[in-house]
Amino acid sequence: MTEDVLTACEWIMVCDAKDIPENGGACVKVEDEQIAIFNFARRNEWYATQNLCPHKQQMVLSRGMIGSSGDSCEPKVACPFHKNTFSLQTGKCLSNDEYEIKVYPVKVENGKVFVSLE
Amino acid sequence: MTENYTKNIVIVGNGMVGYKFCEKLLAKNEKFNLIVFGEEPRVAYDRVHLSEFFSGKSADDLSMADVNWYIDNNITLHLGDPIKEINRETQTIYSFKGLVQSYDYLVLATGSAPFVPTIPGIDKKGVFVYRTIEDLEAMTSYAEFAQKGVVMGGGLLGLEAAKALIDLGLKETHVVEFAPRLMPRQIDQNGSKLLQHKLKEIGLQVHLNVNTSKILGEEQITGLQFADDTTMSFDMLVISAGIRPRDELARQSGLELGPRGGIVVNECMQTSDEKIFAIGECALFDGMIYGLVAPGYEMAEIVASYLCNIDKKFKGYDMSTKLKLIGVDVASFGDPFICEPDCKTISFEDSNKGVYKRINMTHDGKHLLGGVLVGDAEAYNMLLQTVNNKIVLPPNPEDLILGARGGAASEGAGVMSLPDDALICSCEAVTKGAICSAVMDQDITTIEGMKKCTKAGTGCGGCVPMVKDLINGTLKENGKYVKNVICEHFNFSRQELLDLIKINNIKSYDEVLDTFGKGDGCEVCKPAVASILASLWNDLILKQATIQDSNDRFLANIQKGGTYSVVPRIAGGEITPDKLIVIGEVAKEFGLYTKITGGQRIDLFGAHLNDLPLIWEKLTAAGFESGHAYGKSLRTVKSCVGSTWCRFGLHDSVSFAIEIENRYKGLRSPHKLKGGVSGCIRECAEAQSKDFGIIATEKGWNLYVCGNGGSKPQHAQLLAADIDSETCIKYLDRFLMFYIKTADPLTRTATWLNKMEGGMSYLKNVVVNDSLAIGEELEAEMDTLIKNYKCEWLEVVENDEMKKKFNHFVNAPEEKDPSVSFQPMRDQIMATQW
Ligand SMILES: Cc1cc2nc3c(=O)[nH]c(=O)nc-3n(C[C@H](O)[C@H](O)[C@H](O)COP(=O)(O)OP(=O)(O)OC[C@H]3O[C@@H](n4cnc5c(N)ncnc54)[C@H](O)[C@@H]3O)c2cc1C
Ligand code: FES
Repeated sequence: MTEDVLTACEWIMVCDAKDIPENGGACVKVEDEQIAIFNFARRNEWYATQNLCPHKQQMVLSRGMIGSSGDSCEPKVACPFHKNTFSLQTGKCLSNDEYEIKVYPVKVENGKVFVSLE
Repeated sequence: MTENYTKNIVIVGNGMVGYKFCEKLLAKNEKFNLIVFGEEPRVAYDRVHLSEFFSGKSADDLSMADVNWYIDNNITLHLGDPIKEINRETQTIYSFKGLVQSYDYLVLATGSAPFVPTIPGIDKKGVFVYRTIEDLEAMTSYAEFAQKGVVMGGGLLGLEAAKALIDLGLKETHVVEFAPRLMPRQIDQNGSKLLQHKLKEIGLQVHLNVNTSKILGEEQITGLQFADDTTMSFDMLVISAGIRPRDELARQSGLELGPRGGIVVNECMQTSDEKIFAIGECALFDGMIYGLVAPGYEMAEIVASYLCNIDKKFKGYDMSTKLKLIGVDVASFGDPFICEPDCKTISFEDSNKGVYKRINMTHDGKHLLGGVLVGDAEAYNMLLQTVNNKIVLPPNPEDLILGARGGAASEGAGVMSLPDDALICSCEAVTKGAICSAVMDQDITTIEGMKKCTKAGTGCGGCVPMVKDLINGTLKENGKYVKNVICEHFNFSRQELLDLIKINNIKSYDEVLDTFGKGDGCEVCKPAVASILASLWNDLILKQATIQDSNDRFLANIQKGGTYSVVPRIAGGEITPDKLIVIGEVAKEFGLYTKITGGQRIDLFGAHLNDLPLIWEKLTAAGFESGHAYGKSLRTVKSCVGSTWCRFGLHDSVSFAIEIENRYKGLRSPHKLKGGVSGCIRECAEAQSKDFGIIATEKGWNLYVCGNGGSKPQHAQLLAADIDSETCIKYLDRFLMFYIKTADPLTRTATWLNKMEGGMSYLKNVVVNDSLAIGEELEAEMDTLIKNYKCEWLEVVENDEMKKKFNHFVNAPEEKDPSVSFQPMRDQIMATQW
């Protein structure tokens, strides 16, 4: 019983997988937070981050282009405004040490996307 | 001594400099037994970046090298075991845990300890210093219960500690400083004032000229009392009142010390005992303690050289610094404080932007002596080089801090004029000569490669821009072709890639990447390839929405605050009253700000993403089409009213402008395209400032190309004179298609022409005389593009699946972005400013 409650509040179902464009992102609302979900179809990976770009506090990261950086192919998203780029794995800003964004665990099961805000 | 005897080198202190010494000695390839004693419980770590501990770096992340490195290099390492005594006669040392070790040479790298003034109450709970990971751990746990913190000392380290308190989540953070200004060793009064102002903005309160006389509280600190008997309450205090060299071992063994501490060394870093050296912050050279890491590394180099019989001397060290303090750039170089009448000084202050700069010069204005930068330290590297290499100043030295105003300043040219021994990376002591020869002899062409090869840029990273300029400068000087590859994922120029995509008939980004690229793409190559695909096939761009720049993905221009602006096409600037009314109604209904643009059309600002399809439903219903203001594509063809109304007009310029705008609408290109048609030589359409401009003459039209407004205005040049409308369009087809196929990404026609070998006469030959025999091909390609044109917005409006893509929240489609906000302005709205 308690276990059920626990797992239920850890993973939150946010949308259908097909709602998120391939190799791009879209924004979902979870309680009062805006979360950007990215469907990195090329690598068969999913990522979730805050939607707010810390540079000028703009709610736009979900509209940014994704890609990879360096020999290690670090997955990243570029803010549409001034093209600051952020690692989708760690949230570190790759273009300016001063910024960092939150990243969230995300998984897809039976065509549904789940995130955990823990 | 027998031949195979290996000498014992014992190092006391496993800090930054002690570690560096081991690394440098190993690199010299002579055989020694290295034995290290460290007092701290962990291997040497990067103290310079200690504060990053608070942003989540672990002790492991900060370590200079892990334990295996010591094992692999046969270094005997004793941690958590400080040396208590040296017996110089027997050349042995004794450790706290009871180890006895003999040495042939002893290297003291014991660093320094924070100076703690003797103020009553200094030993209360809640009083900290800021030097080791343990200090930080103790602060972190105490801060959980603290609200108000204070740092004693407003120097470089004090401000860093203050930042740490802010990061630890204290409600209030203060700094008290005895001197009349902040960072008294680095910056002057004006710089300090400005810095203080900026720090206040981020919630740091600074008190200057205050002398703390007592720490209040029972067991725990509750506040400070000052010399004037005033008090302030605090829960926590960090002391940062300077450093004291750790010279206790030297004192015990009778080595010569300075009057205020520090182990006296000569220019080989030898103490008064020739078998014992001192390096780093414990060493006193020429009456000075060097409290930075770069000079410490240089000292390590000197001793390592000495032991390998290489002649190198320590000659003092430049203490110039650049750092980011709580987000504010601060730098000082050379002699920052020298004043008139000993020199001439230029200073510049912009309190609005929070920038202060000062440079000190010799009286004849020829040489730079030093200076201070606060708020904007971009010029630091170059200014430091100018001081250190005694470079003769330009006739207007103020340009050094203001930037050249008017006239084009060529950046990068400056670096190449430095002498070969100019020190570029002072952390790792890499000279310009070393960097340039790595480029020439070892084919190093990237920053990453340079870091591996020379270590330049691996310390504080401040020299990276300069290293980059040096790499490019050297390549150019040696006539090496600096290929403009698109990005790390494609080793091709745009033109090469366009040819490859065309020959192989590729239609999707993924296929392009799989066939010609590597990795997963990025924000540079995706839109570049998208533009190529659009220029070749003119397919609907939304079919590959996620490789488009945000503007192209949502077919509108993103503006401050995340809303979009909408621009319907108004070809030639001609519009009916009915259509004007529709625009007005739409703007009213969706609450948009309206403005007439420079291209003779109307821009509607402030549209929510969700509203874009609704807005366009109304606009397309009234016969409007997309204006492509969001794309790298044809924008407008501006016109003056021409012969239909104007008494001077020679031909009907409006009709011709409309024809041309409609011909090329939707055409994707490396950059935006603008045109103009004027009805006579008075040139009211300003056609000569456009990518293509047409001016009526008595006999027909003059066609001008490659003009530019914008930040670097350039007049268009005459391509053909007195031609009829049909020829004009033929030449335009060829010209535009040639540009689309050969220009680099994001290059306007003017820049494209400026870079073209042979310039205008070559272009004329290709377009007018068809010297490459590609005229017909270019025309045919243009024809296909024109035939494939579809209004992108009409496609969206008619397709429910596509409309869905404009919802801000995919899981709450009816809800608009709640973070969007506006401010009122002159009866309309404007975006809330950032
Ligand atoms: C928060 C902070 C920020 C800084 N920022 C900068 C910066 O931006 N730029 C810059 O250039 N410098 C900076 N510094 C200064 C820089 O860290 C020092 O210059 C550098 O660490 C000096 O190296 P060192 O090896 O001489 O001393 P340390 O790194 O202090 O190492 C000395 C070691 O010796 C050990 N030791 C002492 N006595 C004994 C003994 N008897 N037996 C065994 N071991 C002993 C100590 O425990 C210590 O581990 C900063 C320092 C701090 C604290
Ligand atoms: S707002 Fe994101 S980069 Fe500037």
